[in-house]
Amino acid sequence: MSSRTRAIVLAAGLVLLAAVPPVAALANQPFYLDLVRRVMIFAIAALSLNLILGYGGMISFGHAAYLGVGAYAVGVLAHYGINNGFLQWALAIGASALVALAIGAVSIRTSGVYFIMITLAFTQMLYYLGISIEEYGGDDGMRLAVKSQFPGLIDLNDATAFYYLVLAILVLCLFLGQRLVDSRFGMVIRAAKSNEVRTRSIGFSPYPYRLAAFVIAGGVCGLAGALLVNHTAYLTPEFMNWTRSGELMFMVILGGMASIAGPVLGAFALLLVEDALSGWTQHWQLILGPLLVLSVLFLRRGLVGLLFGKNE
Amino acid sequence: MNLFLVLEQTLNGLQLGVMLFLMAAGLTLVFGIMNLVNLAHGSLYMVGAYLATYFYQATGSYPLGVLLGLAGTLVVGIAVELVALRTLYERPHLDQVLATFGLILFFNELMAILWGRAAIYTTLPDYLSGHVELFAGLRYPLYRLVIIAVGLAVAGLLWFVVARTRLGMLIRAGASNRAMVAALGVNVRLLYTLVFGFGAALAGLAGLMSGPIHVVQPGMGELILIEVFVVIVIGGIGSIRGALAGALIVGMADTLGRAFVRPMLATVISTTAADAAGPALASMLIYLLMAIVLALKPQGLFPARS
Amino acid sequence: MRYKTPSIAAIVFAAALLASGPALAQQKLKIGFITTLSGPQGVVGEYMRNSVELALDHLGRKIAGLDVEVIYGDDQVKPDVGKQVADEMLKKHQVDFVAGIIWSNVMLAVAPTVTDAGKFMIGTNAGPHELAGKQCNELFFTTSWQNDDTPEAMGKVMQDQGITDVYVMAPNYAAGKDMVNGFKRSYKGRIVDEVYTRLGQTDYQAELSQLRAKNPKAVFVFYPGGMGISFLRQYSEAGLRGQFPLYSVYTVDEISIPAVKHAALGQYETRYWSPDLKNPANQKYVSDYRKKYGKMPVFYGAQSYDGILLIDSAVRAVKGNLADKKGMIAAMRKADFASTRGKFSYNTNHFPIQNFYLLKAVTGPAGQDPVMEIQKTVFTNHKDSYAKECPMK
Repeated sequence: MSSRTRAIVLAAGLVLLAAVPPVAALANQPFYLDLVRRVMIFAIAALSLNLILGYGGMISFGHAAYLGVGAYAVGVLAHYGINNGFLQWALAIGASALVALAIGAVSIRTSGVYFIMITLAFTQMLYYLGISIEEYGGDDGMRLAVKSQFPGLIDLNDATAFYYLVLAILVLCLFLGQRLVDSRFGMVIRAAKSNEVRTRSIGFSPYPYRLAAFVIAGGVCGLAGALLVNHTAYLTPEFMNWTRSGELMFMVILGGMASIAGPVLGAFALLLVEDALSGWTQHWQLILGPLLVLSVLFLRRGLVGLLFGKNE
Repeated sequence: MNLFLVLEQTLNGLQLGVMLFLMAAGLTLVFGIMNLVNLAHGSLYMVGAYLATYFYQATGSYPLGVLLGLAGTLVVGIAVELVALRTLYERPHLDQVLATFGLILFFNELMAILWGRAAIYTTLPDYLSGHVELFAGLRYPLYRLVIIAVGLAVAGLLWFVVARTRLGMLIRAGASNRAMVAALGVNVRLLYTLVFGFGAALAGLAGLMSGPIHVVQPGMGELILIEVFVVIVIGGIGSIRGALAGALIVGMADTLGRAFVRPMLATVISTTAADAAGPALASMLIYLLMAIVLALKPQGLFPARS
Repeated sequence: MRYKTPSIAAIVFAAALLASGPALAQQKLKIGFITTLSGPQGVVGEYMRNSVELALDHLGRKIAGLDVEVIYGDDQVKPDVGKQVADEMLKKHQVDFVAGIIWSNVMLAVAPTVTDAGKFMIGTNAGPHELAGKQCNELFFTTSWQNDDTPEAMGKVMQDQGITDVYVMAPNYAAGKDMVNGFKRSYKGRIVDEVYTRLGQTDYQAELSQLRAKNPKAVFVFYPGGMGISFLRQYSEAGLRGQFPLYSVYTVDEISIPAVKHAALGQYETRYWSPDLKNPANQKYVSDYRKKYGKMPVFYGAQSYDGILLIDSAVRAVKGNLADKKGMIAAMRKADFASTRGKFSYNTNHFPIQNFYLLKAVTGPAGQDPVMEIQKTVFTNHKDSYAKECPMK
């Protein structure tokens, strides 16, 4: 399938997403607007993970940490009465990027399963830290009574407006992500993933590039965290749990690591299936488990590969 | 802080370390030899606990329960290897992590369907219960001493098999060059299945030993899984020696940390601050330790491969 | 629990109404019940769900003549999933009531969502102090307790018994800290040490060694779920049972007893309810639960059972007119139903004013597990400590 066809399909998908609010309103099913909005927020998080996981080959089991940092940035500022959305979201992105810098600086020196474990360890540390800080609710978490304020621009309490904002951010991330991956920077990352020795021999040290990618991914995920806390109106350290990192990884793999839009597809697939299954039976994990195993074993290029065939 | 308390805590740390070693040995063996990251190792630990409990209650004999439990876990392990894991050996680690993560969900739910979600009742025979008087008023649970003994015996057995027997030689050769070993006529597939089964049996042993003093319920494997990964990462993947070293270090650090971090902090900062920071620091301690070890030695302390 | 048997005339009348079709819009009463159904904590949800079903059986599956449909949701112990489930119930299934919820953090995320949508939130376990105090809401009622009540009761027990030198242990998270704070509100004696362990920890040998070294006169702990089972086993194995009496809250209950059996004997707990509480509603609940499900019910279940009865009392009071929210609020405030805990009343913050008892785990009937038995009443008509912060009057 040519890249032109894929672009058309992608555009069609986005149009579909844009159509959800009016369709949901017509069918008198406002719940679906919320559901799709939540999926899109996770799609943004999965997209950021894809940058380092799919393209960079860095298996970070600690990515959910940035969801938490971003959410807490918004929550903590709101706790002290600072509701300005620009400030909150800037801090969410900035703090996440900073934390990613710190974690990445140490972790990227390792590789393989050591990298997996150390990123997991850092996430667990942040999680336990979050649980023990009583001022911000500990594991009870904090309520976000007032959503991020963007006076004059947009009111996040308007479900439809918020939906379109999330969609716009998703589209922006897709676009910027594609540009990044196609740029020289992206090429170095991808080269380092497939053959590190050769990359070094042509004069590129992967470390700074990888660290930069790690920081960018962290920042974007922090933004997703800010969106998530506004969506749920609540935050807890559970946002940083390692099993949530596992879910993000699944979205990336399921969707397909080779493409920028893959994780979006993966997020939709995983969360919608989870929602449907858990409404059907309490033993849904018995079904989801093997489904995930099978998808890993047989969908080598993810859903994108399944639907669109091989790309060059 | 008296000497006896420190001694008792050291013993506790040793016991926890030995338990971690039983789990870590199987995992590091599988990872080192077959290059397979197996998250479902925790599920095999759970299966061992459940089966041993079931057979003990069904037959009334503890040794029979242990034997059947081990045999059962071995069978389950081999079945899992044949059905689900064979295709994963050649795959990247990420695929292995995710596929085995799916297995965890499956096994947890299976146990919940078979035995319910509530924790099940486990018990020890009388001759293993109770405590012994070690020295001057120090009562130590007998069973924990048994665990230490068993763990050290297993460590010795493993060392002997890997270092001194033909099977061990095949295992080490298969780890460094699978193709060559196959070319020499050794059935590598069978070897891998046997090794995995052995690893499963070790996990099952850890499970059935810990069952009576901990909790036997769905999801019990995940509670200890992360600690076990921390152990093998600190110790160095693929090496039994590393697993033992890592396990003892983690066991000691965790135990002594939980016991003494807060009192030690209280000597430098205020008591209320120590009360707040101490427990948080103690929970994070083993992760901090791992980060430090990896910062200094990115391959762990005793890596099997260069 | 009595329920009206419709007379012939009423049946004919109802049939005529039904036949009149869409003119009578509200034929069904929908209740969304959110709890944890999957994973290891699903066992608690199971007891809650079973109790809801039993309550519906006892009511003949009808409330004030309306058919009842209960839609169950699984929060997976995650606040954001709980909120999504609540949204689904409110917007997709358009339930009239949302009930349930085990965990405080899930409740704090879900309750505002439900009350903001103008629907009742009937809590049947979680009782966070925020909802008892500043964030109280006229549409929020709970059939359980405020989290601090139970440890306050235990604190009073130990204070009254003149016990000094208590060693306190709890997991290091919000509920753990709350329990200890509640305990200290009524216990004024000397606390030898306050130890917070890692959440989810399974091995307490190190802490038990420390405990023994400090040589307290008694031990107070809070270890729910699997943590409690591990702790009890290890406490027994270490020979500490005979040495230091153990007092706890939410550590020993009818769910954990089958897993530890005699290791629980002699344990003291405080609770607002016990299976051996002697009132007709409770005796019926316990015996029918045992008959239908083969197990002894637990307090999570009793609370859920009461939740359905509370809804029933309110809907009956407004004769099925679900639009009359004010009427239902007034009816609920009267707590006019046969609760498994006996007669109780509601405080201004819609938390119960009720008794608390000291329970002890004693040997059960021959060959069976230990049972919890009431030893004495600790608090009579106890009010929670946060009601004064609630603006409602």
